[in-house]
Amino acid sequence: MRAPVSWIKEYVALPDDVTTEELARRLTMLGLKLESLTSPADSITGPLVVGRVLSVEAETHKNGKTVNWCTVDVADANGTGEPQGIVCGAHNFAAGDLVVVCLPGAVLPGNFEIAARKTYGHVSAGMICSARELGLGEDHDGIIVLPSDAGEPGDDAFAVLDLHDAVIEFEINPDRAYALSLRGIAREAATAFDVPFSDPAERDLPTYGEGHPVVVDDPEGCPVFVARTVTGFDPTAPTPDWMARRLTQAGMRPISLGVDVSNYVMLELGQPNHAYDRDRLSGPIRVRRAEPGERLTTLDGVRRTLTAEDLLIADDSGPIGLAGVMGGEHTELTGTSTEIVVEAAHFDPVTIFRGQRRHKLPSEASKRFERGVDPELPARAADRVAELLVRLGGGSAEGRTVVGEAPPRRRIVAALDLPARITGIEITAETTVEHLERVGCEVTVEGDRLTAVVPPWRPDLTDPYDLVEEVARVVGYDRVPSVLPTAPAGRGLTPEQKLRRRVGLTLAGAGFTETVSYPFVGAADWADLGLAESDERRRTLRMANPLNAEEPELTSTLLPGVLRALGRNVGRGASDVALFESGLVFLPSGEEAAPILGVEGRPTAEEWAAIEKAVPFQPLHLAVALAGRRERAGWWGEGRAASWADAIDAVREVAEALGIEIETSAASVAPWHPGRCAEVRVGGQVLGHAGELHPKVCAAFGLPARSAAAEIDLDALLQHAVTVTPAPRFSTYPVAKEDVALVVDAEVQAAAVEAALREGAGELLESVRLFDVYVGDQVGAGRKSLAFALRFRAPDRTLGEGEAAAARDAAVARAAEQCGAVQR
Amino acid sequence: MSGPNSDYDPVEVTPLRADEVEAMRDAALAAIEAAADLEALKQARLDHAGDRSPLALANREIGALPPQARKEAGKRVGQARGAVNQALAARLAVLEAEHEERMLAEERVDVTLPTDRRPRGARHPITTMSERIADVFVAMGWEVAEGPQVEAEWLNFDALNLGPDHPARTMQDTFWLEPAEAALVLRTHTSPVQARTMLTREPPIYVVCPGRVYRTDEIDATHSPVFHQVEGLVIDRGITMAHLKGSLDHFATAMFGEGITTRFRPSYFPFTEPSAEVDLVCFVCRGTGTADGGAQSCRTCRGEGWIEWGGCGVVNPRVLVACGVDPETWTGFAFGMGIDRTLMFRHGVEDMRDVFEGDVRFAQPFGVEI
Ligand SMILES: [Zn+2]
Repeated sequence: MRAPVSWIKEYVALPDDVTTEELARRLTMLGLKLESLTSPADSITGPLVVGRVLSVEAETHKNGKTVNWCTVDVADANGTGEPQGIVCGAHNFAAGDLVVVCLPGAVLPGNFEIAARKTYGHVSAGMICSARELGLGEDHDGIIVLPSDAGEPGDDAFAVLDLHDAVIEFEINPDRAYALSLRGIAREAATAFDVPFSDPAERDLPTYGEGHPVVVDDPEGCPVFVARTVTGFDPTAPTPDWMARRLTQAGMRPISLGVDVSNYVMLELGQPNHAYDRDRLSGPIRVRRAEPGERLTTLDGVRRTLTAEDLLIADDSGPIGLAGVMGGEHTELTGTSTEIVVEAAHFDPVTIFRGQRRHKLPSEASKRFERGVDPELPARAADRVAELLVRLGGGSAEGRTVVGEAPPRRRIVAALDLPARITGIEITAETTVEHLERVGCEVTVEGDRLTAVVPPWRPDLTDPYDLVEEVARVVGYDRVPSVLPTAPAGRGLTPEQKLRRRVGLTLAGAGFTETVSYPFVGAADWADLGLAESDERRRTLRMANPLNAEEPELTSTLLPGVLRALGRNVGRGASDVALFESGLVFLPSGEEAAPILGVEGRPTAEEWAAIEKAVPFQPLHLAVALAGRRERAGWWGEGRAASWADAIDAVREVAEALGIEIETSAASVAPWHPGRCAEVRVGGQVLGHAGELHPKVCAAFGLPARSAAAEIDLDALLQHAVTVTPAPRFSTYPVAKEDVALVVDAEVQAAAVEAALREGAGELLESVRLFDVYVGDQVGAGRKSLAFALRFRAPDRTLGEGEAAAARDAAVARAAEQCGAVQR
Repeated sequence: MSGPNSDYDPVEVTPLRADEVEAMRDAALAAIEAAADLEALKQARLDHAGDRSPLALANREIGALPPQARKEAGKRVGQARGAVNQALAARLAVLEAEHEERMLAEERVDVTLPTDRRPRGARHPITTMSERIADVFVAMGWEVAEGPQVEAEWLNFDALNLGPDHPARTMQDTFWLEPAEAALVLRTHTSPVQARTMLTREPPIYVVCPGRVYRTDEIDATHSPVFHQVEGLVIDRGITMAHLKGSLDHFATAMFGEGITTRFRPSYFPFTEPSAEVDLVCFVCRGTGTADGGAQSCRTCRGEGWIEWGGCGVVNPRVLVACGVDPETWTGFAFGMGIDRTLMFRHGVEDMRDVFEGDVRFAQPFGVEI
């Protein structure tokens, strides 16, 4: 909402020493937030003076253009006192007129520097200004002609044009609809400075004869409807400059007197209103709901199909306006309309809100109606419109039809000490009453309770706490003391929260960089990952209104995000990149809808269960991805390429940081290389997969060959974290080491051989570690040799001669039995 | 020479003659002295102190002497061998020290060579900032509450006094899930976590909820459809706006340093009443709005001296009622801030896109900060 300061001051007697900045600051602290503060003078540098046109000679030039060679008296403003010679292209003035002259050296909006220049055979020393050139509006094609009493030649035009009149733009919160008017803003200014306010809506309401007939079929949608007739209006009468100026300052474009008066009154009082060409109305105005399928062409030229919920203004011909939102094309004022019916009505906010949303037609009117307009305004506003139309366009104001009446004013009962109790500010009962009265409430006190009758322009005040805010903002939010509350002893972070931090620190410590990606995915992601049509991960939740039609799904896997980020880094020239990301994935669960419960009390156990059941399962996942080298190349050598093993080891490192041992076994799952993908398990539960990415996937994501990745269900992993670590027991007797090399078929997994060795070795075994894998001629095709280091130790003695060897032989025998292993 | 048989003429044994022993010893000492390195010293030891050395051989002859003569000869040879061993040890120490010094000198490396074989990792600053914020409140005894991102419409809106026709509902451009009847949304704020907390715990409640939220904003330098918020909620007996102010002042000071506090401006949120915007004293210019000693306008707060930080207020009793908390017994406050926004002005991030693109150069300087 843009409010010219001069307009505000029309209704409130601000102290003289109050600057515009101070006014804006105080209103901001009352809740009308300063958005911007501008004045035309900000972008104009003088000299800009009043001049009297002494002579005008029209000259027609070869290009067919007629310009005027003028001499203008600017008194001593040009330093010589001689008349100033100026070429002017406009024709809306004559000798003797007072005009605005911009002398050489001045700078106009748009950094337009004025200098004496040669043009059309003359030296034109300056410019006679139009409103547009001074940034005052777009209205006229001609220059500004000042009233004859505006000043004397040579006077500073800044003052004459009131160029220092600042416009404050406020951000108006949705609860303060009344501040979408000068009436409301001025009232707040009066409250801020505790000075008198003269309400522009306070006016006599003389009774008139009936006006245009009105039938309201839906008094709930339209509690009040006022129609005022104006006849004999001159449709060619121009909008006066002062009104055009104010409309422009407020951000509206002057159009024609009829429309401008309507907008002016809306800005002045906050009451949207509409003017109909009476000659185009057939029969009475009727307010009703639409018949489904009825059509209306609105003022913006769009033909709209209506629904049974739309509230209409209609006549015998059918719909003529979408109530409170936008008028219809057929009955709008035209350049020949002389008979006018002015509508000012009160509409149900919810009806207007829904209609505006249904037709995607937010308007200045709907913005006010849906937030709540003063229901006592319609007759006053209709009279004000009629008064201005007649004053500026002639004719006479005739009858007034009023249907319905404003609802009774709301009463709120509250504890007298509530403002003090809720704000923590020391506020006396007297202050509470006085401040409520200042914002327009009528207050009565009985014992420790007060009753506030809410003014009609404050439909937002409904609850006792609303009164608290009113008192608090008038007292000043800056008076709220700062007191730290004392919380009961807390339990700190939950184990899961601590462990999640440790996961991130572990991976960062291991050289992985964290990314944060959007969860929006689409068909291209699934294709790039090479997921089969039947893949479970393609079963996703979809957004009804995605930002990008290509990405309407919520992801079921973190891989698209982290692989895109990996590709982006590679594309930007990084060669060795290791990333990780943890975040929720979205898995459709039940088919049941989430219930919309009441708000009158705690949901029942069943209702709450229904909510919980309807909310999709969203487990926390962890993904890592690597491209290039895991160890850099350098003076120490070639470095080491990242591989499937690094992806698995990242998961292992995370698990070990949580005290969890993972198991792996071969798997064949997209997007991984079918021969280089491990299923990761803990205690038999599959948590995810890790390994080298499929070559096609690397290509699709722009990754170098052999890039690797892993993704696990982190929530599930955390469930296995050790909470109480049992102390280890270890023997200090000497260790006995035995190495064995076992030849097995190439398909046999090392983990299986190791498990067999463990089983067979018995209790003396301390550890097994695979330290070499050999494939080649010495073991034959399709075979491989696995070398294990076994360590044996007894808890209570030094192992005797042959004990370790016997245990080793037993281990090898088990490996032979279970895996077909042959000792080399 | 004294003894009972002083007139006894011992058998003449040449190697044990005093001059011979002396010569052997001198030869040994000379060889030891001459040994230039450990190898030469080893040879000298073999030659002059080994089993076949002249002194060792001489020592063996002592047994052949008549008893009266053995003592003197033994003493003579023993002294000579002692001197040789002593010289050996001394020379060994010198040569070993020289050797070690030479070895260490030869092993010198250029310690300015790069050592970073393994690339460095980093957590994302959004993560570390969320944790930093949580820690401020956990230190006061609050707990960290969490909730889902796809949320029931009722929890995201209705329970928070945002009814189906509340104008504010359009202010939050919501991602709705299909089908519309499912009544699910991507949460537009972390406030549904507050509702969940009230519905699942008994007061007093002191929680902070950092998390990801969604609005249908196209991404640009200052907007993103995905961003992060932190909300706080306190429900207790006798809670006032003063407690809200105290908590936020403490939060501001903990995040931005001593002297950085907050200011409230009246505002509107459906879930709080009274409601306020929270401004932070600019931590760069400390509220003056100027830089360079007054010559320039402060860039962080654009000369205003204050930074818009978030919103807050007293929990609307309607919200308490919907969440099963008795407003006659309990009052509360809530606040919410943008984590991304805080990151942007605290660290001077100029483009929101940097936060979400995953370029390692963005997160790396934040390292493993906690
Ligand atoms: Zn600053």
